[in-house]
Formats: sequence, C-alpha cells, structure tokens
Amino acid sequence: MLLNKLNKIILALTVTLFLGACATQQKATTPTPTDDAYTGTETVKYLADGVPDRVFFATNKSDLTSAASATLAKQAAYLKANPNLNVVLEGHADERGTREYNLALGERRATAAKNYLISNGIAANRIKVISYGKEKPANPASNALAWSQNRRAVTVKTN
Amino acid sequence: MKYKILKIIFIFFLLTQKTFALVSVDITRGNLDPLPIAISNFYLDTTITENIKKLSIENKIPELIQNNLTRSGLFFALEKKSFIQKPDIAHNRPRFEDWAFIKAQVLVTGKISLEKEGRLKVEFKLWDIVSATELSALAFYTSPDNWRRVSHLISDKIYERLTGEKGYFDSRIIYVAETGPKVDRKKRLAVMDQDGYGVKYLTLGNELVLTPRFSPTSQFVTYMSYYKNLPRVYLLNIETGIQDLVGDFPGMTFAPRFSPDGKKIIMSFAQDGNSDIYTMDIKTRIVEKLTDHPSIDTSPSYSPDGLQIAFNSDRSGFQQIYIMKSDGSNVKRISFGEGLYGTPVWSPRGDLIAFTKLYKNKFYIGVMRSDGSGERLLTENYYQEAPSWAPNGRVLIFYRETPSDVTGKGGGAKLWSIDLTGYNERLILTETDASDPSWSGLLSAK
Repeated sequence: MLLNKLNKIILALTVTLFLGACATQQKATTPTPTDDAYTGTETVKYLADGVPDRVFFATNKSDLTSAASATLAKQAAYLKANPNLNVVLEGHADERGTREYNLALGERRATAAKNYLISNGIAANRIKVISYGKEKPANPASNALAWSQNRRAVTVKTN
Repeated sequence: MKYKILKIIFIFFLLTQKTFALVSVDITRGNLDPLPIAISNFYLDTTITENIKKLSIENKIPELIQNNLTRSGLFFALEKKSFIQKPDIAHNRPRFEDWAFIKAQVLVTGKISLEKEGRLKVEFKLWDIVSATELSALAFYTSPDNWRRVSHLISDKIYERLTGEKGYFDSRIIYVAETGPKVDRKKRLAVMDQDGYGVKYLTLGNELVLTPRFSPTSQFVTYMSYYKNLPRVYLLNIETGIQDLVGDFPGMTFAPRFSPDGKKIIMSFAQDGNSDIYTMDIKTRIVEKLTDHPSIDTSPSYSPDGLQIAFNSDRSGFQQIYIMKSDGSNVKRISFGEGLYGTPVWSPRGDLIAFTKLYKNKFYIGVMRSDGSGERLLTENYYQEAPSWAPNGRVLIFYRETPSDVTGKGGGAKLWSIDLTGYNERLILTETDASDPSWSGLLSAK
C-alpha cells in the first residue's frame, strides 16, 4: 500500500520533472513572438465590397487568428453567393526563414485558409492552393511591419 | 546551352613522390600564415605558332593558378617583379638560392608546346625551395581554347601535393541569377566555373526557378520551377538542355537533391498542409515515401555513403535538424542548440553536416558532426543560408542577402564562400545578384 503510494508519488514527480524539462526546452527554442500577426489594412485588397482578400499569420505559425477567421467567414459567404466563382489560395512567408522551409510554410498557411472555407460550406474543388514561400513579398521592405504583411494567405479569383 | 565535353588527357612523365617535402600546408586550422609561393610565367617553346602566341596563355595560365591558390587563403603569391630567373631557365632547374632569397618556399614553373594535330601540351613543375627538390611534374594535353580548364587542373595538383587533400578548382557552380525589383524578381538558372568565369544562363527567366543542385555523377541538375504556375521538381541535362518533370505528384514538390550515386532524387512533397520526404528513382520512376509526420519535413540531404539522410523538421514545434536511415527508419533529432536550424547538407567527407541557423534575428552558417556534437558557427549575418560543400569538403559556398530600405530598395543577394575553419570569407563575383549556389563534384572525376 505504502509502496504503491510511493510509486505514484515518484511517477507524479517524474512527470512533473519531464514536463518541466519540456517547458524549459520550449522556452529556450522560442525565438519569436507568436502574436505578431498583422492587423492593419495597408496591403489588403478586396474580392468584393467588405470582403478582404487576405489573412495574416504570426511568425512561423499557420493557425488562423480570430481576425483571419472573420475575414475567411466573409470570403465563404461571398463564395456561397457566387457559386460559379473559383479561387486559388496563395500562401506566403516572410523573408526571415530558409527558402525551402518557407515554401512548406506557405503551403500550410494556404491550406489552413482553404480548410476554413471548406468547413464553411465551400466545395474543395473550387479552391486551389499554391505556395510562393518568401518569393513574392507584398511589401519589399526589410522591417517587422513588412514581414508581418508578407506572412499571408491571399485569395485570388481564377475566373 | 550545349556543353562541350572537355576532354583532357594528362600523364605523369616525371613523379618524384619519394622526395620528402619539407614544405606542407596545414589546412585543418585557420591559416593565418599562408605559404609563400612563387608562380613563374610559363614559357612558350619554339613549336608555338603566332596565333597561339596571341592568346598569351604563358601569362594567363600562371595568373589563373595564382588566383585559385590565393583565393584558397592557404597561399601567398610573391610579386613577379621580384623574380630573378627567366621562366625557361627556372623550369629546367631553378637556382634555389635565388628563390629562397625572395622568401619563396615553393615555386611553380611551366612550359607550353604544340604537339601534332594542334594539341597543346602544358607541363608544369612544382619545386620545394626549402629542400631544393622537385616535388611533382605533370603534362596536360588539350586544345588551346581550353587553357582555363588546364589551369584549374594544375591548381588542383599543386593544392593536393602541398596540402595532402584533393583540390576543388576544377569544378563548377550552379546558382540562381536574380534581377529586377524584389516584388517581381526574375530568376534564371546559371552555371559558371568555381572562380566565377564562363557564366551561362540555362533558363530564360519566364518562370520562377529555385534551388538547383548538381548530380554528383553527371551533367544533370535538379531544381524547382514554377513552369505553368505549377511548383514542381525538374531534372535538367545541362549538356542537351532537355528537362523532365520529376514524378507525377498532385501538388508542390520542392527541395530536391540527388542521392550520392546520382540514381535517385530526394525531395519534399506538400499536400494538405503537410510536407513529407520522398525519393524517386530516375530510371524506374518508382516513388518511395520516407517520412510520414504531420509536421513540415524538408531540405533532405544524403550522407555520402547513401545510408543516412539529414533533413529539417518542425515536429518539435520548431525547425530543427534530424537524421534517419535512408529507408526512413530511426529518425533522430541532432540539433539542440538555441534557435532554429535548417538546410542540413552532408559533407562529401561524411564527417560533418553544414546548416543554416536562425538565432535572435541573425543568420549563421555552421557545421556540426552528424551526431549533433561539436556545433561550430562559421559566419553571422543579417541573412544567409543554403550552404553547399566544395568537392573536397574544405570550403562552403552560400548566399547572403542584405536588407532593403522602406521603399524595398538596396536589398540584394550575393554568393560567398568560407573555409571550414571559419576563416577566408570571400565574395564570389557574379554579373547579377545570385542565390541558391550548388557546387559540382570535380569535373575530372566524372
């Protein structure tokens, strides 16, 4: 009985230590903030009145911010209202990463946006995805603002 | 577009390997004390015709050898003005005390003559001034317009004799030539000699091209192209200009490299937000999937024995370097330092992996052993990535970008090389901006 309890304590301790180690590891390898997604409208174009064409991402991230989800919801509504319209989602990264990883990251960002549209009732066959990695910046400057504007997925009409 | 196969025959007509060289160059440390070398002009013997005399290759060949050797950082070339002996007399047998007087430790001399059928014979001798002996002597036969290639071969022989390691001068670099504004950059494949001469553009710039890599065994190059706006990996024969799509993937393929035997292409395939690593056998077209993980797995590079693969993955949450067996088993993370790690490239010697590191908003080119130990950062800058090894594993080439101003101007990309020691960082001059360099193997080894 006592032995059992001891075992449990040891196990709990081990788990704590392990998680503790993980936490330090995470901390040590987090070089960039995760809340640096662009929120302005400077580079944004519009698919239609009130329907922004792009969403922005935090550094190295591809999950959708609440602002991104709101934009994509508008795009979904617009695509529903225009059932003959097809789009390509262009995924992009900022210039502060290696070229090949950025190609993959752009694809992941565009896919995140595509999946949101699909979950909002848009048929998958209406949406294509292409990644340009860091090859086509929207803002060519080398500063934090430009990089935040370049971490994006842009919805482009194909017909 | 079409590449001449450069055929050069060489023979050893006199080899004094038994002589113990007193001079030698230690290339395992940063060489802050380069070896003083005197490279005499070559001399033309009486068989040389007027039209060949016009080429002044008796000066150009030694000059090119001198450029190669001094760029390696291991040699210090003495001023020709200080040379006392004439090229022909020195080539026969130098007066060693004359050369010792100007502090030369080694001397290169040479002779050029014309053989039947217009073949050029270029012979050189390497002399050890300290021990007053001939170290090596070789003759190369070639056509007169091929003098650059001969100069590179001679440079390699000298490097090899004095360092005990293979040279890397008889090699080429493929890269992406960049022009135009940053928001609409035009990119073309280009290939040049390792010293930056003889650039040839292989694509017209109509579509975006990225990450060309040489086959270690042939004149094939693999690269990524946005031809018809479909980002895919291609295979290009730079002799014929014929290119082929690699595989039949329903999405983006990227980050290609050859296997060491040149038979397979390893690359990433991205689908549904996930990038995994695949190989395709060039002949059989059989495709194999090596990683199966919901993270981004990319930038694969084989070990020179073909048994292992290094790649980068963000499966830990952040981009890090992993190795696995070539069948995809035994995946093991090897980078544990602070920051992000990418673009692992296995050294042709097999002992080291070069990489790009991003830490505190700076980019580094570094090396580590294949078990992740012994990490050494060679150079720090605003942005640089994509190291590629010289065929002897002693020098790395990479590209570096400078930041642009708020209007997007001022930024650019250039090719740089650095020794494994972290010394001897050099800009490689290119006509245009340049990125994604890949070093070929030794051309003479093919």
